[in-house]
Amino acid sequence: MTPVAGIEQLAESYDLVVVGAGPAGLSAAARAAGLGLTVLLADENPAPGGQIYRAITTTPVKDRAILGEDYWRGAEIVARFERSQASYAARCTVWSLGPDEASPGSFELGLSVDGKARMIGARQVILATGAQERPFPIPGWTLPGVMTAGAAQIALKGAGIVPAGRTVIAGCGPLLYLLASQLAAARCEIVAVLDTTPRANWPKALAALPDFLRSPYLAKGLKLMAATRRKLRFVSNVTSLSAKGEGTLRQVGFEQGERQGAIACDTLLLHQGVIPSVNFSNAAGCAHAFDEEQHAWVPRVDAWLASSVPGIAIAGDGAGIGGAESAALRGEIAAFGAASRLGKLSEAERDRQAAPIRAALMRLLHGRRFLDLLYRPAPQFLAPPQDETIICRCEEVTAGQVRDAAARLGVTGPNQMKAFLRCGMGPCQGRLCGPTVVELIAQTRGTTPAEVGYYRLRPPVKPVTLAELAALPQTEAAVKAVVR
Amino acid sequence: MSGSRRSADVIVIGGGIHGCSTALHCALRGLSVILIEKDHAGRHASGVNAGGVRQLARHVAEIPLSNASMAIWHRIAELVDDDCGFTCDGQVLVAENEDDLANCRARVDDLNLRGFHHEEMIDAKELREIVPAVSENCPGGVISRRDGAAIPLRATQAFKRKAASLGADIREGVRVTKVERDGSNWRVVTDAGEFLSPRIVNAAGAWADRLAADLDEPVPLEVIAPMLMITAPLPAFIKPVVILRGRKLSFKQFGNGTVLIGGGHLGTPLRDENVTLLDWKKLAISAGTVWDLFPIMRGAPVVRAWAGIEARMPDDLPVFGKSARHEGVYHQFGFSAHGFQLGPGAGAVMAEIIATGRSNVPIDGLDIARFTTTH
Ligand SMILES: Cc1cc2nc3c(=O)[nH]c(=O)nc-3n(C[C@H](O)[C@H](O)[C@H](O)COP(=O)(O)OP(=O)(O)OC[C@H]3O[C@@H](n4cnc5c(N)ncnc54)[C@H](O)[C@@H]3O)c2cc1C
Ligand SMILES: Cc1cc2nc3c(=O)[nH]c(=O)nc-3n(C[C@H](O)[C@H](O)[C@H](O)COP(=O)(O)OP(=O)(O)OC[C@H]3O[C@@H](n4cnc5c(N)ncnc54)[C@H](O)[C@@H]3O)c2cc1C
Repeated sequence: MTPVAGIEQLAESYDLVVVGAGPAGLSAAARAAGLGLTVLLADENPAPGGQIYRAITTTPVKDRAILGEDYWRGAEIVARFERSQASYAARCTVWSLGPDEASPGSFELGLSVDGKARMIGARQVILATGAQERPFPIPGWTLPGVMTAGAAQIALKGAGIVPAGRTVIAGCGPLLYLLASQLAAARCEIVAVLDTTPRANWPKALAALPDFLRSPYLAKGLKLMAATRRKLRFVSNVTSLSAKGEGTLRQVGFEQGERQGAIACDTLLLHQGVIPSVNFSNAAGCAHAFDEEQHAWVPRVDAWLASSVPGIAIAGDGAGIGGAESAALRGEIAAFGAASRLGKLSEAERDRQAAPIRAALMRLLHGRRFLDLLYRPAPQFLAPPQDETIICRCEEVTAGQVRDAAARLGVTGPNQMKAFLRCGMGPCQGRLCGPTVVELIAQTRGTTPAEVGYYRLRPPVKPVTLAELAALPQTEAAVKAVVR
Repeated sequence: MSGSRRSADVIVIGGGIHGCSTALHCALRGLSVILIEKDHAGRHASGVNAGGVRQLARHVAEIPLSNASMAIWHRIAELVDDDCGFTCDGQVLVAENEDDLANCRARVDDLNLRGFHHEEMIDAKELREIVPAVSENCPGGVISRRDGAAIPLRATQAFKRKAASLGADIREGVRVTKVERDGSNWRVVTDAGEFLSPRIVNAAGAWADRLAADLDEPVPLEVIAPMLMITAPLPAFIKPVVILRGRKLSFKQFGNGTVLIGGGHLGTPLRDENVTLLDWKKLAISAGTVWDLFPIMRGAPVVRAWAGIEARMPDDLPVFGKSARHEGVYHQFGFSAHGFQLGPGAGAVMAEIIATGRSNVPIDGLDIARFTTTH
């Protein structure tokens, strides 16, 4: 691996640019470099690892029991990448991706490192930008003291910090138990876990149980769940949540069917599963479809994870949630695809080398459906019933406003909603409100998220400053092209 | 009311601000209307433009239409039951040097002679009062005080909604594939069946040349993709919209602090795919101009950039009025990157022409004949 220290050290172009240094991107870059491609792996974090293996080479958390064996398995993935011939740009934000008009069939990417921007070329691109936590708007979620469980995990992995004071974790999804157990092991004072997994999900999920029983997740998951339930105060079947306090969080209120409860706390961690983070693939023009089982927008990809835009592949959780191990395998498969499209590998050779990886992937994904069905969030958490609940934090738009615009003004889709309420227009580009806006429109108009559609997103995918843009190196051809 | 009507007094093709406005004004005159839009109303130029409502610096040939429009913008809520986000803080054209200023003065004198008084010279002192952030060296400029800005998609949809509430039949997601004569009617063939009407309005924006060619009136329409970018909120520092004389720039800060930067640099339109490609190197030139002019902007994060698909004519003027060849055909396209402001007034004038055969608002010089008579 060759580290790239500054933006001027980047080459003019690469055979392959991989965006994101999680398990998918690391594996894709290592494999592609091994197949003889010139590869750049760019990631905005200071060190490789992505979400799951965040800060694995730098974390101050040395007690291996705290983050668990699954975390430390990332060391091997990073080490393999480090042994490869790929270039690696850390602290490098990729903010745009589009076709390079000067050279048809290839791409132009906008990148920034340390406040300096540059455009470079790529013949193939693999987006391995991962997942994000599903937005979870409840009354009071904008109070100081409320944050996502994932944010707490990032602080733990990156800096060894746990939330101060009495902490409640609320929500659902397989990661909820992991996060609770990691934080508890790191001596966070967890006073309760409020589980919102809807009871009504069980019948549907049970139909998918046979596959799950044969999946490697089962034993791991059961062990984790049992351990968490044993150690921590657990409240199941929670049907409503609210954060309360003046100026800062004081307590969390909840309903468990008919029963109402309240728990005094200083920190509330919310988590409702993860969904593919589609901002980049969407802005790059890749087609997406609504996946009913994962209840999320997922880019359309083929067997080699190639998107609808020729030359762009999407690997890892960004192409559908499958977990860290599957992300790594999907990174490999995407790399085989890219290498073969570049003519570095015949199709037969590609198929042969990828076969065992594909088989392992099938095994891994076998039990996934059970988890998707069981942990599908309850409707009242997808679309908050209380009108006052803020759903777009950037522009402070409430659920009631969205419902009103959908009902009274006949706004039929999220793009039109932007014009009326500005939701999705803030710096997060709809990352935090998009799924909720879709849900609210669908509910109000009596249709489905798939029918409602999603925001059309625009680059820059991540903000770039005016000064960075103004200082973008100009080629002579570009200057001439402008004077018209 | 959306019904299953197959014929009407007027069929409008295209649901941009122009098509929607014409549909509304026809409905107000008691004509039955079908509006056909291949995507959704406002999906293209009319929904993604900079929202500038500007009389300032217009070509004299379109000033009468622009004036008619401005009168409507100032009472827009009475017309469409929605204020369309219209605000009126004026627009200022900044002269960056004495040459620019001399040009400005000649222009304003000429307008005054023609009886137009909406543009006024301002000196360096007043310029600095109105636009305190502008760089020290600018010697003055021109102001149009009744100008402002509105929210494009919201405005277009308000026109559509109001037209529908008056009975216009709005067909979104329906594409016109052909128009042809059928006795005294025009047959409008679409991917959702055929429609009949004695009168059709070609308001198809960047696709309007295809209909015109179908009608044997080919026009030299160029498809362009003007680009815009917007920043995260900054402290309030400027009220009016600012445009430059010399360099390409238009610049506006919204009430919420975000700043919209535009000014005519073009990306690449792919009109058959409904998409545009941005050219970051040209956006970088806009960024450089802002960097020079407004030091306060230098650290601002750009959160979004986009381009819209728009029709441009070789003389930068719209094609507006009756067909040169056919009875019952009206053209309303080619707004060349400044047609949003014109929408409300152009619709009113077009409806008047359709209903009465003429209008008092002069539209000389906008006729399609200027392209068709030459060959
Ligand atoms: C907050 C959070 C915590 C999670 N914790 C766990 C966990 O503990 N255990 C577990 O099994 N799963 C966890 N997951 C799920 C997990 O993300 C995956 O299964 C796994 O990390 C997916 O790997 P990936 O390679 O697809 O993406 P990721 O590991 O998410 O890697 C994506 C990388 O791309 C970078 N990136 C994104 N956009 C850009 C850009 N424009 N420019 C530059 N870099 C960019 C990101 O910063 C990140 O480093 C978590 C998910 C989230 C959202
Ligand atoms: C980035 C940008 C910034 C701009 N800034 C400003 C500004 O600040 N101020 C200003 O005054 N103007 C501005 N403009 C110009 C303004 O947006 C346009 O002139 C105006 O919107 C044109 O309106 P229209 O109704 O003619 O076209 P459009 O809004 O493009 O509408 C035409 C419609 O016709 C439909 N259509 C086409 N073919 C067919 C078919 N065969 N069947 C059915 N439907 C069809 C299309 O789908 C489209 O929706 C800007 C334009 C852009 C792109």
